[in-house]
Amino acid sequence: MMTINTIENGIVIDHIRAGYGVEIFNYLGLDKVDYTVALIMNVTSKKQRKKDIIKIENEINFDLSELGLIDPDVTINIIQNHKISKKLKLSLPKVVENVIKCKNPRCITSVERNLAHVFYLVDEKKGVYRCKYCDEKYALGNKS
Amino acid sequence: MLAGRHLIDPTDFSTQEINEMLSLSQKISENPSDYAKLCSGKILGSLFFEPSTRTRLSFEAAMLRLGGQVIGFSEAGSSSVSKGETVADTIRTVACYSDIIVMRHPKEGAPKVASMYSDVPVINAGDGGHQHPTQTLTDLLTIISVKGSLDSLKIGYCGDLKFGRTVHSLIKALSRYSDNEMHLISPKELKVPDYIKEEILDKNAIHYEEHEKLEECIDQLDILYMTRVQKERFFNEEDYIRLKDTYILNNEKMKKASPHLMILHPLPRVNEISYEIDSDPRAFYFKQAKMGMYARMGLISLLLGVC
Repeated sequence: MMTINTIENGIVIDHIRAGYGVEIFNYLGLDKVDYTVALIMNVTSKKQRKKDIIKIENEINFDLSELGLIDPDVTINIIQNHKISKKLKLSLPKVVENVIKCKNPRCITSVERNLAHVFYLVDEKKGVYRCKYCDEKYALGNKS
Repeated sequence: MLAGRHLIDPTDFSTQEINEMLSLSQKISENPSDYAKLCSGKILGSLFFEPSTRTRLSFEAAMLRLGGQVIGFSEAGSSSVSKGETVADTIRTVACYSDIIVMRHPKEGAPKVASMYSDVPVINAGDGGHQHPTQTLTDLLTIISVKGSLDSLKIGYCGDLKFGRTVHSLIKALSRYSDNEMHLISPKELKVPDYIKEEILDKNAIHYEEHEKLEECIDQLDILYMTRVQKERFFNEEDYIRLKDTYILNNEKMKKASPHLMILHPLPRVNEISYEIDSDPRAFYFKQAKMGMYARMGLISLLLGVC
């Protein structure tokens, strides 16, 4: 079994649905940072059978508000002195800009230059967003 | 207060504001000459990026009958769009020359973009298969002028309920009035999208039934809203050919209908309403086309703040 050390200070993003870790890793731009980060994939989990985990050493100033769009079930633990000092629950942002791309080929966003892709949250429970312009639906968890 | 506002989605206006607009439009339809100089000195920018007969001409006739003037184009090829200009730039330019803008565009959401960049009111005259709010105002005005109310009606929508934007808009609008019942008649492939059912009908606790045959419910209806299966909404011509003749309303089918049924159609029709129906007193689709002009006269007057 692979062993990954605990971290002293930083963030652990846990309970990421298996396969979504890379997406979150890239979204946070962790491939470009110069401090220690670990992406652990397909970890055996009681709750989820398999999950991904991201550990970030020494960096707690991330904007995590939009992570719920990639996987609404993740938990975020803030670590201080090897202990969990805070657990954060993600809430879905009401409006997201240039995070979700509208896939409707009839939408004005497919042709208009310099136009932000804007989605509004319409059903928090089901994680449903709609395009500001054409009402195209985007449901979270439908990984394409 | 509607002065200075945009109309992009039929729910942009409250029911109270819609009722105000319908009431003014009804007054205009009764005495049009009283309103002949209301928009004197005002200019309507008429931007039609795709072809239209009824909508464009009814808007332009509405402005002319209010004493205003019209500038614009009737196809994208004769505008700077053919040179690659964005909607945002086109609208900022036209807003310099007009007091109010009406816009039809093949891309969904284009009028919404226009409204973000315009400092004069923008009216959506149809954006792809998405919304067509002034057709909805036309439909509501025609219904209220005949039935006297927009409540407690049994409405059947028949034909292409998937891509039919007029249907989506009318369902949205009538869901805001009380005690209406909806019958959705279409082939499986052209059913009302789930979001209309979940976010409009279910959310407003509207009683609705889905049917594949018109004969299943025609006897229960106060209003039958027929639609055309539109070739331009299909990516695949084979699907269009297979589905285009699913429903044809004729005298035989009308035998079962109530004597008080109102047949509506946003027009143009192809063959979904037989010509033999035109002489039936229950056919209201040409009156509906005329009411469209009065609805637009009322709307333009209120958005310009001249009434």
